[in-house]
Amino acid sequence: MQEWANQLCENRQFGSKMTDSKYFTTTKKGEIFELKAELNSDKKEKKKEAVKKVIASMTVGKDVSALFPDVVNCMQTDNLELKKLVYLYLMNYAKSQPDMAIMAVNTFVKDCEDPNPLIRALAVRTMGCIRVDKITEYLCEPLRKCLKDEDPYVRKTAAVCVAKLHDINAQLVEDQGFLDTLKDLISDSNPMVVANAVAALSEIAESHPNSNLLDLNPQTINKLLTALNECTEWGQIFILDCLANYTPRDDRESQSICERVTPRLSHANSAVVLSAVKVLMKFMEMLPKDLDYYGTLLKKLAPPLVTLLSAEPELQYVALRNINLIVQRRPEILKHEMKVFFVKYNDPIYVKLEKLDIMIRLASQANIAQVLAELKEYATEVDVDFVRKAVRAIGRCAIKVEQSAERCVSTLLDLIQTKVNYVVQEAIVVIKDIFRKYPNKYESVIATLCENLDSLDEPEARAAMIWIVGEYAERIDNADELLESFLEGFHDESTQVQLQLLTAIVKLFLKKPTETQELVQQVLSLATQDSDNPDLRDRGYIYWRLLSTDPVAAKEVVLAEKPLISEETDLIEPTLLEELICHIGTLASVYHKPPSAFVEGSRGVQHKRLPGSTGSGESVESPDTGSAAGVSEAPPAVIPSQGDLLGDLLNLDLTPTTTGPPPPPASSGMQLGAMDLLGGGLDSLMGDESEPLGGDLGGGPAIGTGFGAPPATMPASFNVPVSGGLDDLFDLGGGVGMAMGAFNPPKTVWLPAMKAKGLEISGTFVRRAGVIQMEMTLTNKAMSVMTDFAIQFNRNSFGLAPAGPLQVLSPLSPNQSIEAVLPLSTVGPVMKMEPLNNLQVAVKNNIDVFYFSCQYPISMLFAEDGKMDRQVFLATWKDIPNDNESQFQIKDCHLNSDAASNKLQGSNIFTIAKRTVEGQDMLYQSMKLTNGIWVLAELRVQAGNPNYTISLKCRAPEVSQCVFQNYETVLKN
Amino acid sequence: MIHSLFLINHSGDIFLEKHWKSVISRSVCDYFFEAKEKAVDPENVPPVLQTPHHYLITIYRDKLFFLSVIQTEVPPLFVIEFLHRVADTIQDYFGDCSESVIKDNVVTVYELLEEMLDNGFPLATESNVLKEMIRPPTILRSVVNTLTGGSNVGDTLPTGQLSNIPWRRAGVKYTNNEAYFDVIEEIDAILDKSGTTVFAEIQGVIEACVRLSGMPDLTLSFMNPRLFDDVSFHPCVRFKRWESERILSFIPPDGNFTLMNYHVSSQNLVAIPVYVKQSISFFEMGPCGRLDITIGPKQTMGKTVEALMVTIHMPKAVLSANLTPTQGNYTYDLATKVLVWDIGKLNPQKLPNLRGSLSLQAGAPKPEDNPSLNIDLKIQQLAISGTPCMVALTVERIFS
Repeated sequence: MQEWANQLCENRQFGSKMTDSKYFTTTKKGEIFELKAELNSDKKEKKKEAVKKVIASMTVGKDVSALFPDVVNCMQTDNLELKKLVYLYLMNYAKSQPDMAIMAVNTFVKDCEDPNPLIRALAVRTMGCIRVDKITEYLCEPLRKCLKDEDPYVRKTAAVCVAKLHDINAQLVEDQGFLDTLKDLISDSNPMVVANAVAALSEIAESHPNSNLLDLNPQTINKLLTALNECTEWGQIFILDCLANYTPRDDRESQSICERVTPRLSHANSAVVLSAVKVLMKFMEMLPKDLDYYGTLLKKLAPPLVTLLSAEPELQYVALRNINLIVQRRPEILKHEMKVFFVKYNDPIYVKLEKLDIMIRLASQANIAQVLAELKEYATEVDVDFVRKAVRAIGRCAIKVEQSAERCVSTLLDLIQTKVNYVVQEAIVVIKDIFRKYPNKYESVIATLCENLDSLDEPEARAAMIWIVGEYAERIDNADELLESFLEGFHDESTQVQLQLLTAIVKLFLKKPTETQELVQQVLSLATQDSDNPDLRDRGYIYWRLLSTDPVAAKEVVLAEKPLISEETDLIEPTLLEELICHIGTLASVYHKPPSAFVEGSRGVQHKRLPGSTGSGESVESPDTGSAAGVSEAPPAVIPSQGDLLGDLLNLDLTPTTTGPPPPPASSGMQLGAMDLLGGGLDSLMGDESEPLGGDLGGGPAIGTGFGAPPATMPASFNVPVSGGLDDLFDLGGGVGMAMGAFNPPKTVWLPAMKAKGLEISGTFVRRAGVIQMEMTLTNKAMSVMTDFAIQFNRNSFGLAPAGPLQVLSPLSPNQSIEAVLPLSTVGPVMKMEPLNNLQVAVKNNIDVFYFSCQYPISMLFAEDGKMDRQVFLATWKDIPNDNESQFQIKDCHLNSDAASNKLQGSNIFTIAKRTVEGQDMLYQSMKLTNGIWVLAELRVQAGNPNYTISLKCRAPEVSQCVFQNYETVLKN
Repeated sequence: MIHSLFLINHSGDIFLEKHWKSVISRSVCDYFFEAKEKAVDPENVPPVLQTPHHYLITIYRDKLFFLSVIQTEVPPLFVIEFLHRVADTIQDYFGDCSESVIKDNVVTVYELLEEMLDNGFPLATESNVLKEMIRPPTILRSVVNTLTGGSNVGDTLPTGQLSNIPWRRAGVKYTNNEAYFDVIEEIDAILDKSGTTVFAEIQGVIEACVRLSGMPDLTLSFMNPRLFDDVSFHPCVRFKRWESERILSFIPPDGNFTLMNYHVSSQNLVAIPVYVKQSISFFEMGPCGRLDITIGPKQTMGKTVEALMVTIHMPKAVLSANLTPTQGNYTYDLATKVLVWDIGKLNPQKLPNLRGSLSLQAGAPKPEDNPSLNIDLKIQQLAISGTPCMVALTVERIFS
């Protein structure tokens, strides 16, 4: 507590600036004095030198705010350089000294009328940078004048100033009508003004996704295209990015825009080039493929992309990430350019890895020989990450280009002979995939692989090796010995190895039942009785029951033929790819994630889709239309080799990454079959098998989640990207009944009078119309009057901070109570608390400072716009790794699903879809925290069963516990 | 848009910071330092980093990191291009872009940064425009300034800013009008052991230094412009004219600038100017090997090959090298296992040769592969692509 108090003091001292002592270098006292004297000197030259010294100290991070009045005094000058220097200083320190900054206002207003346009522009520009409310009030009038100034230089500066002002006070900008003026500037005669207006509007629009600020129509597009040719390179980027949001009416308009954008591909600035590529990639979708122009355009796209690769490595990296997307969408553009992606010895590692990725994507029968020769070189390099990736790449080539498989395998065998540990392990992992792709072809190499069994220490490689041994048990004479050797350290293995080992031994048993009975019993008991891992236990039980009830069925299930794995691994999902193509050149394209997934805190991101080739009908930017239509375009044939999308009991052993609950069956037929087996087997098992097992089955939650209810990961039907079923599934739509009021917990005593010299505080948190409030009752239980109340929060997980002072107007006399409402904002400093929703508060009055901590319900933080689009929900759910999923039980809740949904909606938990399976309702819900984190939920309600099951998925899994608690409180009250 | 800029030196000290919006604490750089630590080599630090609330985009140039902080979705290339522009401008103003130069001119740099970006939006990045607003320091000017109390900040509106030729300042006057063009071509080639070209491409750049009065309008044509696979131009080049006639027509900026970049890819035959005979072998018996390298001219069109240098990344097992060069000298770095042989000029009469023995770590297995050789060289007065030499330069009109 003491420590925290110190911290509070410190925070107060430095105002809003959070300084890290490591960087904080104090200025010597004497130095400040000296500067002060010089600043007040009569000699102009000395003054200027002094201001320069001040600026120099400021740039290296020294605190020279103490000189504020002296520096501001120098502002009234004819010397432009001195004026600029003072302005620089003002921008940096005005925020910490708002009252003093007011002194400067007059000079600013005067300068805005100066006959010299440079000074007018400078004044309005600087005023916009001073983020002090009192000053912004004075800014409006000069800004309005400057927006209509006769000099374009002033106008273009003023356009940016609107964006600055919007950042400080959005409401003010709207009230003053600046947005309309800004829109008018798009038609300005000067291209630079147009570009800046577009840039300003785009920035403002980012915080107002639905405001339709940039209302693009053919006329404005024409103006933009004209300005595009004449403005600066940066202006071209803004305009091109803006153009990319437009949807042409038909293919002819699309073609004419493409024609006018193509010259930008020859610009020296690579950002212009990439933005132009984005516009072309998007608008190309609308062109008919048989059009001559379409082919010409394709040819024009390749050279600039190749040229980007000769730029600085940082530019190359961003370019390569984008090329990766372009190659997936339109492989034909770069199919002849394989060689430019060959790795150079002096490329930074991040460039090397990206190039490797693209090489594999471009590999084809025509160039595979060259690619393999290169890859083999890379596999002997020094950098471990790069070598690993190169080895994997060889495996991927084998899978992609059938003709090369044999050479790839022999290359891999050569690499295994090097005995370099990590090379061997990577090689074994990829050989496993090659076995799956080409069954019964390369098994002759198994002997070589087995020689390296002892050197494997990475889980993935061990799991792959075990899979191989299990799969080909009949050809490996000592398979049982090999597997037995792994079994010794069973409990020390990672989960994926354990699961793999279990499956492999069962396979072995089914193939050679006579000699391995002991082994299989051993592993089943290890898995079911000695393990804490529900996945492992579940799989153990399934095998156990299968084997004990119907060995023939077991054989059919466990040794069934496996589906072929896809040629292309780690392809980006088509819908996501489409969205990313619309975001070429942005951060989203660098991270290969939709902007909604990582631009946390940006208020609602629009989902962009490529326009269809018909070019009419569908509007691109309305995410609500045609949720099914969008999906149906996706080719469903890809089975990625990662675990998250795969569901098939039989495939479990091929999905080494599974750590969550077992994925659901992909085909419902299989699911039913498995269920039946269990149902039949369960009784007999309970009857004659071991007693403890039965007990475990009945009571443990593992069995409940594993068998009783459908599996907890994404339901299988979600994975089927065919349109038909989706509409039915999501028939619930937006109208989930009437919203009920939010549940607000009753007040509780936070600070007992005993601890606070007679002051008692009880309180609660409410959210009303989007505003979080802290409602408190302050009671004076002491003998004397209390006055001078103030409140402060410590840093907390979600940046909660008082949005105003604590309003306790009258003094609090003894035995009197007073109600106080404190509005809260969520823009305060952030620090993770334990528990997450803990809030430490300091309350001060005339007697002392008191500290207490309380916990706020996390639903306070659920934003009103937390309703996710269905498609986004689907994509996000899939996109969040299974590790981030957590499951909870809510006991004794007697609401039906609709009532629950209504109740939750009151707390801004929105039901997006509902579906009913065998009398069980599943609600898919989303909520958004004020800091932009999305939480997705699946709530399962069984009629007549008071226990709900809830699965939560979130990119920040630590909030799950809090959210669950909140569900429980809301549903039970 | 771009929120803040931090300049960080090689050893990880922040020596300059500039914020265009609100102040962001230096502690945001900790994420970068973490990545730098992880990457070991400064070249390998990933250029785009994600932190909980910001994105850090970095470039590494002249042993300095230029780190920018952004908060919203901004095209990363835009940021990287801008950072390079900052470095170029500093280089242009002070002749060098190093920590000491920036520290010596910290106020000018700060003024420049303020002029270059407003609220994160680029304002003036053309060196011609900047120089009109903030004059670069020269010895003469600083003497004059101290005598007269003058300033190095211009107080008139830069003329180029709003015209449709923002790159050129008005009122340029020279007594001697002159224009120079340098064609610099770089071949990037990978050869296999037998000397066959695996991959070769030419990157060309035309650097110009134009000192002409008034508003000159220039045209430049090429012998064989069809050879260019891709070109990118300075904004001053009229693209339409290029498209239709393959002629460069432009009003140049004043002073030094890059007129165009071009790319000639391997589809066209690229003549490699030298050949290398090499034999590096390791013996089965005993911990040693032998190295023998000779370099000779191949297609140099009668020009001299200069600054010839061979770099070899040796296998890890090689402990030391005992070699004799007939020309130049060699070094072997034990830590990085890099052998560098600096030859200098190639004398076609007496071919340079490097031979001798290598000693290996005792007990280590015989290295599998031949190490790869990297050869750097320079040839003056020769455009390898042969054709893009310009033939005609016409000055159409000069207003003065």
